[in-house]
Amino acid sequence: MESRFLPLFIAVPLAGAFLVPLLSKIWSRFADLIAGIANTVLLVVSVYTWLILRAGGVPLHYWVGGWKVIGIAMWFDALTALVVLVINIVGFCAMLYSIRYLDRYTTGRWKFYTLFLLLIAGLNGLAISGDLFNMFVFIEISAIASYALVAFGTEEEEVEAAFKYMVLGEVGGAVLLFGIALLYAHTSTLNLATLSQALATNGKTPFYWFVIATLLIGFAIKMGMEPFHAWLADAHFSAPAPISALLSGVFIKVTGVYGMCRLMFNVFGVSRAETPAFFNLLIAFGAVSMVLGGLLAYSQNDYKRLLAYSSISQIGYILVALGIGNYWGFVGALFHILAHALGKGTLFLASGSVEMQAGTRELDHLKGLERSMPFTSWAHILGSFSMAGVPPFAGFFSKLFIIIGAISARMYWLAFLAALFSAVTLSYLTKVVNVAFFAKKNEEPVRAKEAPATMVLAMVLLVALILIVGLGFQGVLNHLIGPAAKVLMNGLDYARLMLGG
Amino acid sequence: MIPYIACVLLFLIGLYVVVSKRNLIKIVIGFCLIEYAVNLFFALVGFKKGALPPIITSADQVRLGVARNFVDPVPQALVLTAIVIGLSTTALMLSLALRLYEKHKTFDVSEFRKLKG
Repeated sequence: MESRFLPLFIAVPLAGAFLVPLLSKIWSRFADLIAGIANTVLLVVSVYTWLILRAGGVPLHYWVGGWKVIGIAMWFDALTALVVLVINIVGFCAMLYSIRYLDRYTTGRWKFYTLFLLLIAGLNGLAISGDLFNMFVFIEISAIASYALVAFGTEEEEVEAAFKYMVLGEVGGAVLLFGIALLYAHTSTLNLATLSQALATNGKTPFYWFVIATLLIGFAIKMGMEPFHAWLADAHFSAPAPISALLSGVFIKVTGVYGMCRLMFNVFGVSRAETPAFFNLLIAFGAVSMVLGGLLAYSQNDYKRLLAYSSISQIGYILVALGIGNYWGFVGALFHILAHALGKGTLFLASGSVEMQAGTRELDHLKGLERSMPFTSWAHILGSFSMAGVPPFAGFFSKLFIIIGAISARMYWLAFLAALFSAVTLSYLTKVVNVAFFAKKNEEPVRAKEAPATMVLAMVLLVALILIVGLGFQGVLNHLIGPAAKVLMNGLDYARLMLGG
Repeated sequence: MIPYIACVLLFLIGLYVVVSKRNLIKIVIGFCLIEYAVNLFFALVGFKKGALPPIITSADQVRLGVARNFVDPVPQALVLTAIVIGLSTTALMLSLALRLYEKHKTFDVSEFRKLKG
């Protein structure tokens, strides 16, 4: 079914990014206004497009200029719907939060929003693009915006982290481009559907595996998987809080996990039965990320750094769940993308409020914030519960599905490991809660005020969504996650649907 | 085959420079080498020895079959895009390097390790 709404996902944030610097010369608050309008429109359009998809039951497409497979393809199926909703929900909350958070910085409000909208444009574009080269271009757009945003504070450590992030990220980008060149040399096409057909006729040659390995390295760097994790903790730790929420909650999962899933499952057509080596590799790297990320998070003293290492651990969960390779594994992975985006978004936003109001993020110096900042504290506490997998929050169900998947695939040790590291997650997050938000009787609580209203509202929205997703998990499973998992299960249907439609 | 091997070598030299050098500007240069290697590789993919530039000037060309002997124009267009992306990344990377220089008065990475691990 053709949908004329799809170009809006790219056009709206790009137009916003263009207008912000122009109009903010007239009145500096136009920057907030335009970014707000752009994000609201995006949120409305993504929900609306999802409803059209639900009603029609067939994926939506849009051929730019009517050039069919040789032109630019935009594609919106159940997997895209999930990713686009995650991007725009967290993006909207981060935008809402930024309005007052940016008061910390003396200048550059419009620069922040321009980069922010470019980041959102890149992520949305990646999610809906149906050809390989556009995927690369959108990955680079969002990546370049994110490097600049990490360095936004221009303090010593921020610039240093951005440089480190940038060098690693760009090497990853170059490796991805190399993989794309190899694929083009082999198949003479860039559209994902025709590419998938061309690869299916060629069979699983050594070349096929070489390209998979090249692309996997590129995506592994983008997602901060274990051997390539060095940039992640510094970058997410140094960025402004709303950007950390967006990077940890959305960016690594969209450019890394979504990009990898789309290419591996829908284009290369890997499946547990035919190519078990690929899935075992995912499990191996996923398990290492899960364990090391969790242990490194445990030993951190800085609040935001702890959350950043925890992201590595959660990426490990997603990879392990994908590696299990059955329906429940995919459901668990996709549910975890949603739950982690909401949960980690809340935690990073809460950490930003704490830093802004209490003036420090060192756990040693934070005490008894629950008295003075009740909303922030409870947002953080509920977000932690969700991340750690306490029922009935969203995070519980994602981990439950991952464990169900592991057990039904007879990988009992994996189920055990996932449950064990769920407990580790709980313990390092309760450490933060205990130290920072509750004071012992004889201790003097830190003096602080509650964060401004819009910041609180952004956190409350995310927590409300965590609760809604958790309590209504049946509905989310049936209407959002289930169809998306089927897209991954029946990987090669992608080409059939796109070329037939 | 030799040009392809040269590309891979260039890529590896770039990677070596990025990994081993301590000077920020040298790291940027290493990254540029990586980028050039990939762009060159992509451009080579579409190259065909003795072929014509892909410009159709008359219907006769298509009829006589000359059109089959064209260089593939798609990689050239893509490489152009990739070069533009590379330009902006190099510019941003250099500006970050300069910011770091302002703060530390040196380009040496080993001098300013505030972030570790």
